[in-house]
Amino acid sequence: MTSTIDESNKEKMRSVSVDLNNDASLLIDIPDALCERDKVKFTVHTKTTLSSFQKPDFSVPRQHEDFIWLHDTLVETEDYAGLIIPPAPPKPDFESPREKMHKLGEGEATMTKDEYTKMKQELEAEYLAVFKKTVQVHEVFLQRLSSHPILSKDRNFQIFLEYDQDLSVRRKNAKEMFGGFFKNMVKSADEVLISGIKEVDDFFEQEKTFLLDYYSKIKDSTAKAEKMTRAHKNIADDYIHVSATLSSLSADDNTANKKHLEKLSDLFEKLRKVEGRVASDQELKLTELLRYYMRDIQAAKDLLYRRARALADYENSNKALDKARLKSKDIPQAEEHQQQCLQKFDKLSESGKKELTSFKGRRVVAFRKNLIEMAELEIKHAKNNVTLLQGCIDMLKSN
Amino acid sequence: MATSSERSPPPFPDSEDQDVLDADDVGGRVSDEEDEGEDIFMGASNPPLIEMDPTLPPASHPSDVLMKPPADIMSDPLFEPVSSQAENKPASEVVSEPSDDFVDLTNNLTDSPDDSAAAASAVADAAKDTTEILLDEPTDDFVDIFGSETEAPGEEVLLADVTVEAATDKSEVTNNATDPPGGEKTGSHAQQEEKEPGATPPINDLGLDLSAGNAHQPPSSDKIADPLVDLLSAAPPAAEAKKPSRATVDLFEDDGSDLFTEPRQSKSSKQPQKSLFGEADEDLFSEPLGATSKKTVSKEQKDKPVMTKAAGDASNIGGPLQDSNPAEPGDLFTEEAIGTVPSIRNTSTVNSKANGVHSEEETDIFAEATVELSLDSPRDERKKDAAAKPSVSTASSSLSAAASLTKPQSAALEELEEEEEEELEDKFDIFVSVKDPEKIGDGMNAYMAYKVSTQTSLSMFRNKTFTVRRRFSDFLGLYEKLSEKHGPNGFIVPPPPEKSILGMTKVKVGKEDSSSADFVERRRGALERYLQRVVNHPSLLQDPDVREFLEREELPRAVSTQALSGAGFLKMINKATDAVSKMTIKMNESDVWFEEKLQEVESADQQFRKLHALVENLVIHRKELSLNTASFAKSTAMLGSAEDNTALSRALSQLAEVEDKMEQLHQDQAANDTFSFAEVIADYIRLLGAVRGSFDHRMKAWQRWQDAQAVLQKKRETEAKLLWANKPDKLQLAKEEIAEWEAKVTQYERDFERVSATVRKEVVRFEKEKAKNFKRQVIKYLEVLLQSQQQLIKYWEAFLPEAKAIRLMVEHQPFDDRAGCLLLIHFTSCL
Repeated sequence: MTSTIDESNKEKMRSVSVDLNNDASLLIDIPDALCERDKVKFTVHTKTTLSSFQKPDFSVPRQHEDFIWLHDTLVETEDYAGLIIPPAPPKPDFESPREKMHKLGEGEATMTKDEYTKMKQELEAEYLAVFKKTVQVHEVFLQRLSSHPILSKDRNFQIFLEYDQDLSVRRKNAKEMFGGFFKNMVKSADEVLISGIKEVDDFFEQEKTFLLDYYSKIKDSTAKAEKMTRAHKNIADDYIHVSATLSSLSADDNTANKKHLEKLSDLFEKLRKVEGRVASDQELKLTELLRYYMRDIQAAKDLLYRRARALADYENSNKALDKARLKSKDIPQAEEHQQQCLQKFDKLSESGKKELTSFKGRRVVAFRKNLIEMAELEIKHAKNNVTLLQGCIDMLKSN
Repeated sequence: MATSSERSPPPFPDSEDQDVLDADDVGGRVSDEEDEGEDIFMGASNPPLIEMDPTLPPASHPSDVLMKPPADIMSDPLFEPVSSQAENKPASEVVSEPSDDFVDLTNNLTDSPDDSAAAASAVADAAKDTTEILLDEPTDDFVDIFGSETEAPGEEVLLADVTVEAATDKSEVTNNATDPPGGEKTGSHAQQEEKEPGATPPINDLGLDLSAGNAHQPPSSDKIADPLVDLLSAAPPAAEAKKPSRATVDLFEDDGSDLFTEPRQSKSSKQPQKSLFGEADEDLFSEPLGATSKKTVSKEQKDKPVMTKAAGDASNIGGPLQDSNPAEPGDLFTEEAIGTVPSIRNTSTVNSKANGVHSEEETDIFAEATVELSLDSPRDERKKDAAAKPSVSTASSSLSAAASLTKPQSAALEELEEEEEEELEDKFDIFVSVKDPEKIGDGMNAYMAYKVSTQTSLSMFRNKTFTVRRRFSDFLGLYEKLSEKHGPNGFIVPPPPEKSILGMTKVKVGKEDSSSADFVERRRGALERYLQRVVNHPSLLQDPDVREFLEREELPRAVSTQALSGAGFLKMINKATDAVSKMTIKMNESDVWFEEKLQEVESADQQFRKLHALVENLVIHRKELSLNTASFAKSTAMLGSAEDNTALSRALSQLAEVEDKMEQLHQDQAANDTFSFAEVIADYIRLLGAVRGSFDHRMKAWQRWQDAQAVLQKKRETEAKLLWANKPDKLQLAKEEIAEWEAKVTQYERDFERVSATVRKEVVRFEKEKAKNFKRQVIKYLEVLLQSQQQLIKYWEAFLPEAKAIRLMVEHQPFDDRAGCLLLIHFTSCL
């Protein structure tokens, strides 16, 4: 079922209303969000038939930090160690459009009014797109949880959905921030340490190398795709300026050239719209896909780490048992511990295997879908461009 | 001419009679003219014009009418013989021969004093010599021609006819009566007499011409006729008869001498002109001369009087012809689209006529009439105006006459020229391309040589296709030459691309990277467009330097273009001073058109600069995109290789390929942006600079004029002071100076008007060219853009099935659990 979530996720990238969640028992969406300065308040709407909820239909206000809290509690829950915890949604980032807006304000004097208006509109559109995207990634996070057979039953998750007061999640204080950082350090050091442990399962061995490799590759691809789409966006923006300058040129010109300039300006204006769509579609279909899977793979890697950790614990417990047997001291405890570790490890391995497999399927489907859509959109936009260009050329040629 | 041989040289040593008359008119005149002649020798050809004017006001005497033309002729340096001329012997020869010469002239010079006219003159001569009746006939003919061609002067023609007849009668009489001096003398007398009558009709004719339909004419003709009539009626004694004849003879002598001296020179001097006018002349010839095309008629009008004047005037014509041709028309023609725009010449002559205050203008007309192709009604009107003016002929009007030469030209003929240009524009069958940049030499001495290939069917080139190798500095050298020659005249000389030390150094160092290749290609394209602009300019194409540049195998190295040379330094200083003077000159613009245009040009310049920066930016972003796409393609390929799902891996590597191609597309597009858009805009920025340069030149011309006026004002004040102080010796000097400065003011004003006219024309041309060119370039640019989009569609369409082929590899996946099964079910339903 988890596989479908990403499809819905990608669908949702385009229109919020679409929900492909086929588990009708718990439907979650974010119909509304409010942006107050840096804080974004999401309205999380839930529709459910599950008896664990008091009402079948309810909405709660949630902030980004609440989502992070939910994610962190899920990660920290021992029971879910064998699951790929859906990656936490990235922090809303309105910096780039804000910065651009600021720059635009500064450069207002150098632009014509028309140009400025267009640029502003473009930025507003960009801002809106970022906003929507933010809402969607948060929504997707919740939907992935709701469609997960185990995670959807999580108590914290249900509280998150149901508690109609402010969750008043504390912001992480400095100590905790540092603690988190430290934990990460320990984790990566630990990863290095336990990487020496011999893998007992070929599947995980393979998965590990694959995911490590894949992660670095997809990270690189994401960065490159991001750059590419940004460059594309720049071109669309350049078109605005070119168009505006051409039109002001044509305003000054009284010769036969006036018409040509006007047409050209017009064309550039239209081209930039198409070009802008190309850029944003690339962003949605390609960059977002890659970014999401980059984070998803990180989550999968975390799963592998937890399993490896469990394996290491088991081996340690084996060693401890051996030691205890040697010393003939505390053998039952050690045996028990060893058994626990083994159980945990086996459980982790089992669910991990399941999760990773479904992850693979999910990834392939998502890629397929997005690539097809992107190719189709590219074709559509290029055809649009062709029509525009052809029209303009014909017009120029005719007079 | 057998008749002419009969005429023996009329010896007129008896100066008394002559003196009597001369004292009044001719003598004083001659002396005047002598002074002027000296002036002429000293000064430019213009001062005489002005100095002639003082002689004009007293033009109440009919003789003045006659005298004027010669007087104008006097403005030639060649007038010397006239003034110095004391003996009459050559004169008679002159009188006799001129007709020959004239015919020759007309034939040789291919001027419009058509063969028919020449023939007519010959006939007239013959007629005169033989019988009056015969004489009548030709004059009748002329009259007929007048009558038929120009309706208005019909009556006057009649009058002229009468006078002619009378004159001829009289000549007969005088011939018979005043023969005593002897055979030779009689011959000469007869000649003179014949001339006289011959001359009188011309006077009338002149009058006719001058005031075609003008009220002034009849009186003048009357006046002229009067003395003759007097002569006739009084049955004048030989002496009396002689006097007028003397006068005329003098005239003729002068003229004749002119003829003598000038035709020779003129012939030689005409040669180049002929080559210049080649087309027009041919056209003229090709036109049936007999066919009464208005133009020829009008010429005949002018020529005939001349003829009847006994070729003396004809020689006058010849004189002015040669005179004015090297001087004014020469200027005009060389400046105004030389071989290509005969009509301009036409119009210029018309203008000269319009201004034609006195006979100088007339002679000009004669001179220029030779190259006229078509004469339209406005010309006639103008002629009338012109004719009206001489009668008024005040000093000031005559002053302004020359100066105003260009004025009407600029105003009235603009549209005409425009139309013509439009037609002509496509006529240049010349295509220049700059290809194969090649590095020659090593190190810092290395340079790029370009192949300049020309394809043309123009006859001015020796071959149809030819190729030469030129280096960048040669292009700059060509520009230097052209701008030096044509810039001050208000022409917009297309500028070549700027020197780029950085770019060239890169090339020189020999880095084979894309930026230096880019640089060379940019420059090549810019040079090609530059050359094409030059050869498409009607005037610049005619420049010998252009031809040389295109044709000649080896060009002398252009040194002055080197940035660090002495010449370069000088240029920099000049530019700096120019900039300073530009700031200091406050021109109160009288012409709104120029003001508006300048503003337009300046704002366009600004906008184009902005646009250029934007497009450069676009290019940068496009290159960035190309680069990013390339790295993404690489990254995708890696991702594809890492992907364990075979189909997805395949799709990803396909995507990588698509992105690779996209990179190429973006790169090509960046090149397209650069070469077809940014460079074109850069071209226009340069061109707009050139346009502004031409405005500056105009302003400079204006400033010069104003300065000259200021000086003139000062001189006048000094003169007034001197007059007050009563210092006659200095006064004379002051007067001379004033005259000199008046001439200068006139000259500068004319220069200014001419430059203004040229600038105007050039700007109009530039705008039209720009519109056309811009459209072409834009279409070219868009077509490339279109192609790249079509390519893009192709790439993505090829990719689409690959994306659709992505399938989950079921057999490799252990779907042993429920979730896996569900997944599978879901996927299959998805697919």
